[in-house]
Amino acid sequence: MQTIKFKNKPYLSNGYSIVGPLEGKGPLKDYFDYILKDDTLKEKTFEKSERKLLQDIIVGAIDKAGLRTGDIDFFFGGDLLNQIVSSSYTARELELPFIGLYSACATMAEALALAGIFVDNGLAKNVVAGTCTHFSSAERQYRFPLELGNQRPPTAQWTITGGGASIVSNTPSNVRLVAATFGRVTDFGVSDVNNMGAAMAPAACDTIIEHLKNMGRSPRDYDMIATGDLGKLGSEIFIDLMEHEKIVLGKNYCDCGCMIYDKTERVFMGGSGAGCSASVFNGYILSKLKKGEFKRVLLVSTGALMSTTTSQQGDTIPGIAHAVEFEYVDKSTAKKEVKGD
Amino acid sequence: MISVWDYVISFLVGGFICFLGQILVIRTKITTARILVLFLVIGMVLEVFNIYAPFKEFAKAGASVPIIGFGASLARGAIMAAKEYGVIGIFTGGLTATAGGISMAIFASFLFALIFSSKTKKGGH
Amino acid sequence: MDKEKRNVNYNIYVESKIPKTKAWPSLFKAFLVGGIICAVGQGFFDLYSHLFPNLAESEVTSCMLMSIIFLTCFFTGIGIYDVVGAWGGAGSVIPITGFSNSISSPAIEFKKEGIIYGICVKMFTIAGPVIVCGVVGSIICGFIGLFI
Repeated sequence: MQTIKFKNKPYLSNGYSIVGPLEGKGPLKDYFDYILKDDTLKEKTFEKSERKLLQDIIVGAIDKAGLRTGDIDFFFGGDLLNQIVSSSYTARELELPFIGLYSACATMAEALALAGIFVDNGLAKNVVAGTCTHFSSAERQYRFPLELGNQRPPTAQWTITGGGASIVSNTPSNVRLVAATFGRVTDFGVSDVNNMGAAMAPAACDTIIEHLKNMGRSPRDYDMIATGDLGKLGSEIFIDLMEHEKIVLGKNYCDCGCMIYDKTERVFMGGSGAGCSASVFNGYILSKLKKGEFKRVLLVSTGALMSTTTSQQGDTIPGIAHAVEFEYVDKSTAKKEVKGD
Repeated sequence: MISVWDYVISFLVGGFICFLGQILVIRTKITTARILVLFLVIGMVLEVFNIYAPFKEFAKAGASVPIIGFGASLARGAIMAAKEYGVIGIFTGGLTATAGGISMAIFASFLFALIFSSKTKKGGH
Repeated sequence: MDKEKRNVNYNIYVESKIPKTKAWPSLFKAFLVGGIICAVGQGFFDLYSHLFPNLAESEVTSCMLMSIIFLTCFFTGIGIYDVVGAWGGAGSVIPITGFSNSISSPAIEFKKEGIIYGICVKMFTIAGPVIVCGVVGSIICGFIGLFI
């Protein structure tokens, strides 16, 4: 079965998020832990900035949970740069046992799911899962030089600068991981790299249907179903696809890429990048969960698994989506359960 | 000697060529490199059929500033050199005629690359 | 339903969902930006023909092009030309300034990989096709010129 139900329901003790200046002007600005004023982080290259950003995020998450780097058993992470250098170099600096992941923009959910499995099975006590992206480093790797005067098509998305990390642990807190679904790689033959939302929407649809079926739930059981970075167009397509499968999504559905930017910002279809769902989840969604304003949340990070080479050779874009379900538990009941063990 | 008409016609013709290019951009999602190559080739064809010279006489900078003018110079250079020096001219003429532009582009790019660094964009436009 | 048919249908559906933006504003912007750049070129042309009355017209044109190429590289360096390009679209690409920008922007961008492997190697990542097609095309034209 694609869905893994956590028997011991590991706890998500804390999350930490940092975003860049543009994202820091958006409607979620009050939820992020830190907003960068200078997105170079005083580093010489944008790759180094991204590395520093991820390092700050991981350290921030560990600090916020009241732990030290020595308490962390594993670091699950990945990013969008070639050979996931930002994560590996971060792991080098922090001397953490590192499990490198790549699911493009779906990395956050993949990392959380694997972290959940490790803690659930008693393989680790505290695990950190995190990822980030930087607009400028992604742009120079995937698209054109920053100073090239080109126009983007209206379906393009804007890679966010920012990211987030979560600490999954067996120490009680009021947010728990319930289940995770690893998605199938789906490809509906979209080859336009400027329309990734359309390429990823079928993957999100497939994963969510599988998750709902295996958990025996309907979309109404969730306070929020959040897709990673489908963008405005992608999420419209996604809603249509779900309706085609006779599943109607209500107002509880939203897309992290649509939420992160202010409507007046000219970011085309919205945000994208691994850091998009990471920062929105660890910033906005997690703080709502911790307060109990959301009781049950499904995070579905979506990723497009192409490379510049495959798209230049005319191949279509495969999409992937991983889903992780979270629930809010009252702190008093959580403690009782532990005593009961 | 300076006539306002030269500026008006440069603006109108140059603008119109870009207008045509923008139609292509909207319709076909064409990339920067492809637009440049396409209009370069158009310039060459115009020159081969002797249309470019009267066009330039009419449109002034509106014909020479767009990359069409660059293509036309390449073609004209090669044709003239071929007539004057024969086969060797075929190979030397094109780049000789456009050497100034290409050298300046390379030199200035190199120079400013040493001085400046790229900056993060502050949202789309 | 077989996959190919599903994919074709999906692509048709996606195409229908893409919001239709109004073409006229962007066409107007391209016209305006392209026109202004050409008019500036004409300004340099008049300036050089006034300063150097002995030069042939083709040489004056060449000087004019070199000047706007130089200026474009400068504006690319200080981070203005990408703003013009994002606003003006083809209006900033088709004039020779677009060629110049497509050489200087990767040079500036990849400076961090070093002078040889960054600036020099990456300089023609976008404008390379223009040089290649230009040279090959001019040789073909020259060949035609032998017979006419």
